[in-house]
Amino acid sequence: MPLIHSIAASMAEHVDKVREINRRYATSRIQMSLPVRVALLSLRLYLFVLVGLLVFKFISILTQ
Amino acid sequence: MNFITRLYYRYRRAWKAIMLYLAISGPGLVVMIADNDAGGITTYAATGAKYGYNLIWFLIILVPVAYYVQEMTVRLGAVTKRGHAEAIFDGFGAFWGWFSLIDLMILDWLTLVTEFIGMTAAMHIFGVPDWLTTLAVCLLMGIIVIHGRYWTWEKIALAFCFLNLIYIPAAFMVHPSVGQIVNDGLVPNFPGGFNGEMFFFLMANIGTTIAPWMLFFQQSSVVDKGMTEKDIPWGRVDTFIGALVTVIVAVFIIILTGTVLNGVEINDAAQASDALWQKDKYVGAMMAIGLFDAGLLGAICISLASSWAFGEIFGWAHSLNTKIKEAPWFYASYFFTLVTAGLVVLIPGAPLVLITLFVQVVAVTLLPAALVFLILLLNDKPTMGEYCNTLVQNIVGGLIVVTIIALSTCYGLSALFPTLFQ
Repeated sequence: MPLIHSIAASMAEHVDKVREINRRYATSRIQMSLPVRVALLSLRLYLFVLVGLLVFKFISILTQ
Repeated sequence: MNFITRLYYRYRRAWKAIMLYLAISGPGLVVMIADNDAGGITTYAATGAKYGYNLIWFLIILVPVAYYVQEMTVRLGAVTKRGHAEAIFDGFGAFWGWFSLIDLMILDWLTLVTEFIGMTAAMHIFGVPDWLTTLAVCLLMGIIVIHGRYWTWEKIALAFCFLNLIYIPAAFMVHPSVGQIVNDGLVPNFPGGFNGEMFFFLMANIGTTIAPWMLFFQQSSVVDKGMTEKDIPWGRVDTFIGALVTVIVAVFIIILTGTVLNGVEINDAAQASDALWQKDKYVGAMMAIGLFDAGLLGAICISLASSWAFGEIFGWAHSLNTKIKEAPWFYASYFFTLVTAGLVVLIPGAPLVLITLFVQVVAVTLLPAALVFLILLLNDKPTMGEYCNTLVQNIVGGLIVVTIIALSTCYGLSALFPTLFQ
């Protein structure tokens, strides 16, 4: 039980840390226009679709 | 001043320059040569066996590409004195920061798995069981980071980098035809034409020469070493020499397997070592030793890249110059990623070869996203000042991003429509 408590306390500490990081970096220093932000997000999503295709290929080779 | 005196002073200046370079060298050399990791050796061995010398020209093109990309991290680290992860959080905010950090974490862990795959496969040739290799490697890596400072770690890593050159004498020992290498390897060509398999190999070769973890590693390493703006020229020399050496080693691996194993179905470097062992025990042994060294070097660097990145963001002490008590989370994350990656290799029936090749391809697919942030950070004039990217650097960087996206798209399409490029 003490082990579970210390793990829970450690996790809570990390969650607080994540919140603090999100507050610290809430605004970006480099100002990006809306089209640039949309382009970046589209690029990321597109790349993740490609990675999804790779995973699909990986699974299809495994199950052949 | 007479001739002897002039000669003496020229010698003194050259010697000082060499000593200064040796003092600064490290991040560029280590990151580039560590890039010839187990997955890289597998990719090059398979490329040589499949296409002979025909893709050597493609690897030579990757020298300036790798240099351009990594040089940017030297400037960014030396000017901002921050790691790449922290630079992204600061520049682009928490959303993009977490996106990049989680990308890095997953990719690094997968790549670490491939390092263990390579090391265990290499030691298997000498009859060492997988569990023993995994245990010994974890212990060795633990000792290296715990008992040294950054400079000690760097010198040990450089010693392993030197061992990475073992493929060069091995290639000479199989007596390749220089004429055939020049005819087949230096003229751009795509044997078998543009098809899904060709895209896969091109992407795997790019992915093994420039990987996202290298951006984070070199920048953090520059910061941990304490490099400043005045060290940037030497950092550039270090990076260029690293890029050159890494491609030279890659070319010699292709020459080795292209000479002895051309046309043989080779799926991984351990299989190549085994096949080479049947033809020449010394060459096979050198290939296996090189594979183990590559895996170890890659593992040393990649595990650090993740720990540095997390340390920067979470505000932990995150330097190799700190002891375990001073930086417990830094070392904890290091050992956690190391041990969990090692355990994957011990899972019975895991498709290890497939994992190795696919991780290279996934790495290159996610590379453009990392590169775009890097280029944007290097264009931040208020922060970078005179070390901002020039127009030429932006154009080259943009071309690299577009090319990789195009190749990834072609591969994705060939995965969905296998007959599209036939």
